[in-house]
Amino acid sequence: MEHGSYADNSNATFSLTDEDHTLANAVRFSLNQDPRVSFSGYSIPHPSDNRVNIRVQTTGAPAREVLKDACQDLMMMCQHVRSTLDVAVADFKLRNPPKKDEDTDMK
Amino acid sequence: MAKKDQRMSETETEEEEETEAESMSESESESGSEEQKQESKGGGIDYIMSLPDVPRNLPPHVELQRTRVFANIDAPTHTDSIQYSGAFASVGLDNSFRLDQFRNNFRVEVIRFSDDGMDMEFDMIGIDPALANAFRRILIAEVPTMAIEKVFIANNTSLIQDEVLAHRLGLIPISVDPRLFEYAENNAPNERNTIVFKLHVQCAKDLEEEKGQSKNKKDEKKVPPRITVKAKDLKWLPKGSEFYLESEDSNSNSTSKSKTYTSFTCSQDSLPEFSNNKIGFKEPLDDINIARLGPGQEIELEAQAVKGVGKTHAKWSPVATAWYRMLPEVVLLEEIEDKDAETLKDKCPVGVFDIEDIANGRKRINVARPRACTLCRECIRGGDEWEKRVSLRRVKDHFIFTIESTGALPPEVLFTEAVKILESKCERVISELS
Repeated sequence: MEHGSYADNSNATFSLTDEDHTLANAVRFSLNQDPRVSFSGYSIPHPSDNRVNIRVQTTGAPAREVLKDACQDLMMMCQHVRSTLDVAVADFKLRNPPKKDEDTDMK
Repeated sequence: MAKKDQRMSETETEEEEETEAESMSESESESGSEEQKQESKGGGIDYIMSLPDVPRNLPPHVELQRTRVFANIDAPTHTDSIQYSGAFASVGLDNSFRLDQFRNNFRVEVIRFSDDGMDMEFDMIGIDPALANAFRRILIAEVPTMAIEKVFIANNTSLIQDEVLAHRLGLIPISVDPRLFEYAENNAPNERNTIVFKLHVQCAKDLEEEKGQSKNKKDEKKVPPRITVKAKDLKWLPKGSEFYLESEDSNSNSTSKSKTYTSFTCSQDSLPEFSNNKIGFKEPLDDINIARLGPGQEIELEAQAVKGVGKTHAKWSPVATAWYRMLPEVVLLEEIEDKDAETLKDKCPVGVFDIEDIANGRKRINVARPRACTLCRECIRGGDEWEKRVSLRRVKDHFIFTIESTGALPPEVLFTEAVKILESKCERVISELS
């Protein structure tokens, strides 16, 4: 849900349900690294509400688009992390073949 | 993303233009803002930065503060990670996010796997704590597993109360891939969302009963029979519950098949994913104590395991724990030799330092095992001189990540799942905003 003004879409607060610090902090990190963002931050209005408010103020670009781009960036980073980890684990297993396989064969 | 790239290339071209600005006349250069052009003409920051002998990187002391946490004797300093894109604008450095830069810098190094492959330690290098922490939080609280949620107790004459027993059962990790199941939510328990276990154990009532079988009566009198109920006593029921629902027409037996507590349409072991992969408790997890039974005591129950996440209840957490620490860095600010070297070596409780012999029978300290450092700061205690000799730091973007799986999935798969969950969270936000 977006709270902002129709006249000026460069500042807005986005209210996300069923999310917490996990996503909000990561998105804030991603937003802060965007040069179009003049301010970004998040708050959890009440600890027993499953809700987080993300504030985005930009230098002119629509806040909605900037937030979408931030999420997109996060996703790209995640994909890269995943593929890098897969390669690293495969490499490690190749270098150190597990001994437990032999044990289970014996049983 | 595309917009940002475009903007990035714009600034690059501007810079190029500025370097050429000296030879070009004003009217020739078309793009770029008026302000910057004037600045570059008048020797502004952009022009200065474009000069060949002006460093492109941060000054070394700022770079150090950006990338390291300093563990000083009184308190740590420079603990924050600098995220803002314009943080270094005054020295002409762009701190905004660039995916290619992230791709070039990011590294993963696997350090170790435990023998059973369920514990894993790896280094994640070149990532922000915001993301590393998101992965950790998701691992603990949002990666699903299967755990016993409902327990139907038919008989329990043991000392352990029903509710305590049910709680203990819930906490037993089940070695089954949760990705093969759906969330039950409010659906009736079926073969796609529920695993049913049966537990029926009883302890022999009287010594007299066994007398005929065994011969050494004296021993038995001293040691009355007792049974320890273990996780392996839980038997998987692939066909679903065997307890019949009580209903009005249960006595009349009008339907050929009475209803049970589950509505399985087929047996789970006929499904391809379980046909040669029995659901149960992997060694050594099958040795978990559930209860102790004295003579004549009995437990008969059925337990239903469903899919859930750790933030609902810790029993669904797929990890015993998952944590990270930043890489410790121990730097000797001056050469430490002979007596001081011995003192320093003895000061460190975890053996970070080693002494090496150099020429003429002299000894010198060297930092042999920085990863072992706990930053206890014992080495910089004991006077100003030690603070000047040793500097303790943490590398802000180097995370030593440890994952201890409880057995449902291997740790590397858990991590991959955690990353996927973060991705789906982002996707949700994007789709809701579109």
